[in-house]
Amino acid sequence: MPGTAPEAAPSWALELRDVAKSFGAVVALRSGSLAVAPGSIHALVGENGAGKSTLVKIVAGVHRRDSGVVRLHGNDVDFGSTAESKSAGVAVIYQEPTLFPDLSVTENIFMGRQPVGRSRRIDRAAMYAEATGLFQRLGVAIDPRRPARGLSIADQQIIEIAKAISLDASVLVMDEPTAALSGVEVDRLFAVARSLRDEGRALVFISHRFDEVFALCDTVTVMRDGEYVSTDAVAETSVEQIVSRMVGREVAELFPKTPAEIGDVVLDVAGLSSTGTFHDISFNVRAGEIVGLAGLVGAGRSEIARAVFGVDGYDAGTVHLGGVAVPPQKPRAAIKAGMAFVPEDRRKQGLVTESSVARNVAGVIRGRLTHAGLLTSADENRAAGPWAGRLEVKTSALDMTATTMSGGNQQKVVLAKWLSTEPQLLIIDEPTRGIDVGTKAEVHRLLSDLAGEGLAILMISSELPEVLGMADRVIVVCEGRITAELSRADATPETVMHAATASVSHAVPASTQEVTA
Amino acid sequence: MSTSVLSRPEGSTRSYPAYSRPLWRRVLFTREFAVIALLVAVIFYSNNNVPNFDGPLTFYYLFLDIAPILLIALPMTLVIITGEIDLSVASVVGLSSVLVAQLHVEAGLSIPVAGLIAILVGAVCGAFNGFLVAYVGLPSLAVTIGTLALYRGIAVGLLGTKAVTDFPEKWTDLAKERIVEGHAYPMILIPFVVLAIAFVLLLHFSPFGRGVFEIGLNDEAAHFTGVNVQRTKFLLFVLAGAVSAFAGIYYTLRFGSARGDNATGLELQVIAAVLLGGVSIFGGRGAIHGVIAGVILIGVISSAMRLESYTVNKINIVIGTLLVLSVISTSFLGWAKDLWSRRGRGSGPSSSEKNGQHRQAVAADESTNER
Repeated sequence: MPGTAPEAAPSWALELRDVAKSFGAVVALRSGSLAVAPGSIHALVGENGAGKSTLVKIVAGVHRRDSGVVRLHGNDVDFGSTAESKSAGVAVIYQEPTLFPDLSVTENIFMGRQPVGRSRRIDRAAMYAEATGLFQRLGVAIDPRRPARGLSIADQQIIEIAKAISLDASVLVMDEPTAALSGVEVDRLFAVARSLRDEGRALVFISHRFDEVFALCDTVTVMRDGEYVSTDAVAETSVEQIVSRMVGREVAELFPKTPAEIGDVVLDVAGLSSTGTFHDISFNVRAGEIVGLAGLVGAGRSEIARAVFGVDGYDAGTVHLGGVAVPPQKPRAAIKAGMAFVPEDRRKQGLVTESSVARNVAGVIRGRLTHAGLLTSADENRAAGPWAGRLEVKTSALDMTATTMSGGNQQKVVLAKWLSTEPQLLIIDEPTRGIDVGTKAEVHRLLSDLAGEGLAILMISSELPEVLGMADRVIVVCEGRITAELSRADATPETVMHAATASVSHAVPASTQEVTA
Repeated sequence: MSTSVLSRPEGSTRSYPAYSRPLWRRVLFTREFAVIALLVAVIFYSNNNVPNFDGPLTFYYLFLDIAPILLIALPMTLVIITGEIDLSVASVVGLSSVLVAQLHVEAGLSIPVAGLIAILVGAVCGAFNGFLVAYVGLPSLAVTIGTLALYRGIAVGLLGTKAVTDFPEKWTDLAKERIVEGHAYPMILIPFVVLAIAFVLLLHFSPFGRGVFEIGLNDEAAHFTGVNVQRTKFLLFVLAGAVSAFAGIYYTLRFGSARGDNATGLELQVIAAVLLGGVSIFGGRGAIHGVIAGVILIGVISSAMRLESYTVNKINIVIGTLLVLSVISTSFLGWAKDLWSRRGRGSGPSSSEKNGQHRQAVAADESTNER
């Protein structure tokens, strides 16, 4: 089944065939195929980075495809802008809609195409009448005259949908619309979606929650690694089948974690909570151990790491490093205690790209390099050179800036910076995001070596094979809570994915439940 | 760190040269050097062409006049490098001037004691700015526009519209005295040189100074690296307040007159000179020696033109044009450098770098959109 595209049919509302898109050397979408019939709600599922968002952006006209076919009602289309896709009848509703907060609900719906009456003045009465009609049709109670500020995300989505209907969109794409909604709001959204389906529109529904996919959709397409995998009628498939297709790939031997001697507890986090972000997070990391923090994007993993390191605050809980309490919101104190933190966003948080390699690498330890309080470039170069060399940073000289470096090379600079502090714990968020395959393997080997030397490593990764290959223990986070803690033996793509989509936790296999219980 | 688990690398596989360009290129191809070269050229030209420019009084009065700007430009450089700005400095000069007068004449304190208190008050004024900017998180432009009016208002309120002029001659003479009789250098240059050396060490040769640059380039990354962004900014505003107050004392004694409206508008002269000296208004770039050259350059141009009997308006036109040109030159130099490197290295590596950068940007965009 994998690899075969859906059969051609003349009646598809939206049809994509072998659509590919690369950003430089990074292939975001290899061959995306999707065929949505009118009067159908079609689910699109896949892991983080499977290419769903890229596919949606091509349909929306945000990105232009490199190759492949996109057809709308049988006609070839090539959208160069979102305006083109809109006028062709495609509407995309994002997870967090962007409305003009100070304008009224109605003005938001008619933004840029306000009805005008005589003497070219905006016909407000007509606008309000039409908005009221739209909301009645959708069966929702929103005052069309109130400002958009203060509306719930659910209501904002409804406004986007109303906008789409007023444009008479025949294809609606909803990109994870339920992620921020409560149960009642989800039910209302589903009712609206079903009524749109019954009007003959085609809907694409992207979600990580399988119960919603099964409750709402009639067809489901699975994507993996930028490729089309399968399309099935929802009635003829099961959660297990879809999960195995989403993750169904070999864990490559690209991730060579060598067994290391596991020592004492280095990091001990107890009861860490931050309102609205994560709740009651407790775990530990031992010397020589790599603990993987897995979960979907937005589950709160990075936020936990940032709180532990102290760049963000938290409401309750304690962090101990080597038995010593680490105060909250003091990165300096965390560094002193022996923590190192390689953040998610290299260019914004990891390093000062416009600063030199030497200054970046010596950035944390420079306080120790002074003579009588004075710091010279020579001091920094002497300290930074060997660490840059150990990590094999590719640069012609130590005073070159990191601006034009590749992602992998920048990551080496960040790692050199933190390893030079001789830490006891390394927290590393998305160690290989945006890094080419060769450097990826280098980073993995380095992490493995470091653990072998007795460093405790907490690794956050959205790439399942990376987590499964590298981690001695996997902690799965879903919606701000730890939903599973799996030993290396128990951690399989299926168990991790099930715990990461906790709303299907009833379907978690017995092995996982034993560990969590 | 005795329990550290990682070995310091020894005999590593790769070593790097410290610098990518030879020393002369690193020295000559900088904005600071361009300003210094222009300053030398203007002095050379004026010596030969402007009557009386090479006279004994030109540089003496030049230094007397620009001393407050020279002093305040030092902390202002650091403030602007962090990406902030302090518009209240001239008001602190005025406030300090009034305080010295009131404490000396009304309260009968000696000049040094009155001056010390004025400097403390200046530091408190700076601390108030710094607190609002660094800890409350308000934009410095808005905060210091507010305190510009506030401190000036207090100064005028304390003294009214009158002027205090009865200062002991011993002190007013000291403000105008020369270091060595017969030379052009007034006494005020001694505290200035001491402060300048201190600020050079602080900005260019200390971990604190590295933090100042990092905050200006990328304050989030600085925060993630353990730089105390808030405390750094706070301290810089305190320094700006204290140095401005000191400049206020000098200003009072040099003119022998304390008024609430002393040094009105000085803040813009300071900022103009700092920017002319090669400091980026967006933060992250600049050097003290360039700023000092920038201040002196503006001073030299004005006194040369004054000797040629040009009006103040014409002097302002020239200096304004110079400033605009210096701002334009930054982008022009960037463009020229880009062109140079493309021609020098051929299209291959440069274009692949560009791609890499683009890919990164797109990848970052992707990852943020993924949520």
